Amino acid sequence: MITLALLFAFVCFGLGLLFCLWRITIGPDNADRILALDTMVINVIALLVLYGVWKGTAIYFEASMLVAMVGFVSSVAYCRFILRGDIIE
Amino acid sequence: MTDDSFSLIIIALLPFLGALVPGVMIRAGRNACAIFTALPTALALVMLLLHAPAVMDGEVIKAELDWLPQLGLSAAFFLDGLGMLFAGMILGVGLLITLYARFYLSGEDPMGQFYTYLLLFQGAMLGIVLSDNILLLLIFWELTSLSSFLLIGYWKHLPEGRQGARMALAVTGAGGLAMIGGMLILGNIVGSYNLTDILAAGEQIRAHEWYVPALVLILLGAFTKSAQFPFHFWLPHAMAAPTPVSAYLHSATMVKAGVFLMARMWPALAGTPEWFYIVASVGLITMVLGAVIALFKDDLKALLAFSTVSHLGLLTMLLGFGTEAAAIAAVFHIINHLTFKAALFMTAGIVDHEAHTRDIKRLGGLAKLMPITAVIGTITALSMAGIAPFNGFISKEKMLEEAVHTVWWENPWIVPALATLGAVFSVAYSLRFIFHVFGGKVRDDYPAKPHDPPFGMWAAPALLTVLVVLIGVMPFLAEPVVNMAATAVTGHETHAHLKLWHGLTPALYLSIIAVVGGAILLALHKPLDRAWIAAPRPEAKAIFDRLLAALAGLAQRISEGSHNGSMSRYLAIFVAATTVLGYLAWSGSAAAAPSRELLPIPPVVMVGWVLLLVATASVVICHRNRFRALVVIGVIGLIISFGFVYLSAPDLALTQISVETVTIMLLLLALHFLPKATPVESGAARRLRDGVIALAAGAGVAALAYVFMLRDVSTISGFHLANSYKGGGGTNVVNVILVDFRGYDTYGEIIVLGIAGLIIFALMEALLNGPAAAKLRNTDYSQDRSRDRHPLMMVIATRVMMPVAIMVGVYIFLRGHNQPGGGFVAGLVVSIALLMQYMASGFAWTQRRQQIEYHSMIGWGVVIAGLTGAGAWLGGKPFLTSGFDYYHFPPIEEFELATAMLFDLGVFLAVLGGVMLMLYSLSRIARYAGETVNVAPMDYDPSQDDGGEGPGKSDQTERER
Repeated sequence: MITLALLFAFVCFGLGLLFCLWRITIGPDNADRILALDTMVINVIALLVLYGVWKGTAIYFEASMLVAMVGFVSSVAYCRFILRGDIIE
Repeated sequence: MTDDSFSLIIIALLPFLGALVPGVMIRAGRNACAIFTALPTALALVMLLLHAPAVMDGEVIKAELDWLPQLGLSAAFFLDGLGMLFAGMILGVGLLITLYARFYLSGEDPMGQFYTYLLLFQGAMLGIVLSDNILLLLIFWELTSLSSFLLIGYWKHLPEGRQGARMALAVTGAGGLAMIGGMLILGNIVGSYNLTDILAAGEQIRAHEWYVPALVLILLGAFTKSAQFPFHFWLPHAMAAPTPVSAYLHSATMVKAGVFLMARMWPALAGTPEWFYIVASVGLITMVLGAVIALFKDDLKALLAFSTVSHLGLLTMLLGFGTEAAAIAAVFHIINHLTFKAALFMTAGIVDHEAHTRDIKRLGGLAKLMPITAVIGTITALSMAGIAPFNGFISKEKMLEEAVHTVWWENPWIVPALATLGAVFSVAYSLRFIFHVFGGKVRDDYPAKPHDPPFGMWAAPALLTVLVVLIGVMPFLAEPVVNMAATAVTGHETHAHLKLWHGLTPALYLSIIAVVGGAILLALHKPLDRAWIAAPRPEAKAIFDRLLAALAGLAQRISEGSHNGSMSRYLAIFVAATTVLGYLAWSGSAAAAPSRELLPIPPVVMVGWVLLLVATASVVICHRNRFRALVVIGVIGLIISFGFVYLSAPDLALTQISVETVTIMLLLLALHFLPKATPVESGAARRLRDGVIALAAGAGVAALAYVFMLRDVSTISGFHLANSYKGGGGTNVVNVILVDFRGYDTYGEIIVLGIAGLIIFALMEALLNGPAAAKLRNTDYSQDRSRDRHPLMMVIATRVMMPVAIMVGVYIFLRGHNQPGGGFVAGLVVSIALLMQYMASGFAWTQRRQQIEYHSMIGWGVVIAGLTGAGAWLGGKPFLTSGFDYYHFPPIEEFELATAMLFDLGVFLAVLGGVMLMLYSLSRIARYAGETVNVAPMDYDPSQDDGGEGPGKSDQTERER
């Protein structure tokens, strides 16, 4: 049962990644792209956790935590760039 | 090591150690400076002379210290008769020159510098004559070129001095280069770079097919150093040096180095027709040419310079004859030439010093005004002319004797005839030195009123003059020394018989011809001089300058043709060449059959692959829109980090994601002040070319990776996995590799990172203080902006995140040795935590709360890592060997402490400092551009309950500069 659920989740998040890629490619706006990239980061975190469950190890969980902790910083930086131009004022 | 060999090493080192002193002692006065120069020289001379009895008995003293044994290079010294003779001359004359220079140099000349150079040169010369290893000898050989460059160019304000020094360096340096080649060939023939081995293998060398190239190359070195035709032209130009330098370098030491080398190599190289025809002929030509030119030189020092060229030619010729008697004559003449020529140079210096001119045409009649100098000059010049009863006579007799017996190309009279011609001119210029300087009437138009110098100045030449007379009258006194050196040259015992009167031999008749001819030439000097001046002759300096300019032009054309400053050209050449070479290497080798199966591709990985491909393609397509390209690069970084996790490299993943974040921030900071779009600069053809090259290289790398992954290849990984825990005390192999196995690399890398940070800081500093600052200030960067500079939500979120992130950093750092993590990742995580504060509350607010300078953080990091590494020395281990042990304190479970952790702390600090310094430097631009900065944490502070009039409004902002 859990295997099926995992497979389903893998497919969903994989598709999510592809859709984000589509959004990044066509835009139309830079804000769309940044949002898509941030969503990608979240999808990747999810995939890492799923993979850890699949393999039955905790090591990926920790990696996903770290990605979560630093992953959003670049999104913030992109946003500050389009909002203010200068990311460190 | 025995006492003898120890003392030999001390002798060789003394001048170098002594060279450290005069530069300091000059503060105690000129006399103290001179005394402290003489001290190491005298000490070395005494130690040398203590060995003299043993060496005269035929003993050879050796000393050897391993230096680079893999290259066959060892600091090996040996002292035999020849070395003894030369070392004695170098040190003895060195002492006299020290004394003479004390009185010769004026108050304005930096005397400390002079004595330092002098001792350096002395050490280099001593090294040449004492080396027992030809590689070591080459090193000292180059050192003499360099230190003589300093000495010749000592009067830096004189253009002739600088040009002369450059010419000497160019010529002798080029010769030294040739000699390196020759010596390497020699070492290859014999299979050892040990001089003793080489001298013992003479037969083998002479029979070898590489004998001639080796001989020619080594002789090029010797000829350039000893100013043999056609390289003789540098010596007269080097006369721009102060006279003590000329007296030392150009009579006794440097120019004799070439002669010494030929004498040293005599057992190994001499005795073949090639040796005879090259060495004897060059020597003969040089002897005659030098003597002829010397007669027509009006400058006293130029006359002596060409006379030196001529006498060096004589020595070369004698060594070229290859007979034992000729070698004895050469050794004897080396001694004699030293005594009279050094004294003559000093005499010329005295005349110049007192009369303020060295122009013979403006001198004359000095015998009455400076009688002591005149006596010294006359006796030594007569010896130079080869007139009895002075020592020059005896060695010239011996030379003529050898010349009479020499058959050149089946012609028995050409060598004696030319040798006599040289002797005729030699007598003529010597007599001219006497009669045109000291003889004649006293004049009243000298630039200064000449008189005898103080005792200190004429003491040195006077001592040499005594030697000239002593050896001349009682030549048997010199016999033991000559035998000692000649035995070492020829390789078997010699018995020299030195007598003033040899009976009525052909040599005596030739001598008489020379004296009479010389007198006649001097009588005819005036008309001859006019003819000489009118005659066209090649000007060596002009030819040399043209040659040098042509070579420099050629070098410039080559380097400018291949290095035109275009980055894309370099990359195109580099990548294309690498691809072609890789293809050639691959097509020439037969790869083993694939030994691995292809693994199945999971669909999620496939998705990642598609993402990577599409993102890469997008970067290529949309790279002109810089911001968009940056966003897409973010996708690539994310997928690569993901890939690292998936492929079981969590360390790399952590590092990758942190580096991605920091890089994006750096690029965004810079992009703010750059155009947001890249203009099209290259044509379609150029882009097509670059595209083809890039695709070919990419396909090549992919193919290579594919092929390797299908095969089992032996790697170093196994070793690392096996030794990580028992050797490095850690279970995290990646970290153990970083801090232990490859600790030295890591150490270098953090230094590089620190340097990069400091360079960015320095560049910014220069940029912001330069003209660019004005442009920055006058450019309007305002765009359609959000008005909320420091959003409340972000400020709060980052404050909350800060301790968590720092804690995670510490955690990652501490466990790094055994679990994924380590100083590098921890440094990046902490720097990201800090950067968040910069972004949220602005530069000024954060900077006020930052107590430690990033510069010093880098410095401390490198120092801590370095000290940790050096700590291994205390335990007698090599640099960066890590130690570890396990400890147990009751409340905490057992834990491990490793020195690697301290090293990791250094890495952590250097990374943190480096990254922060880079971002800090870039973010400073904005403030120079005239942006206002915020001192409050956020624009709107809800704790100030007065409706948005809290701190942080425009009246509370400050403006830097």
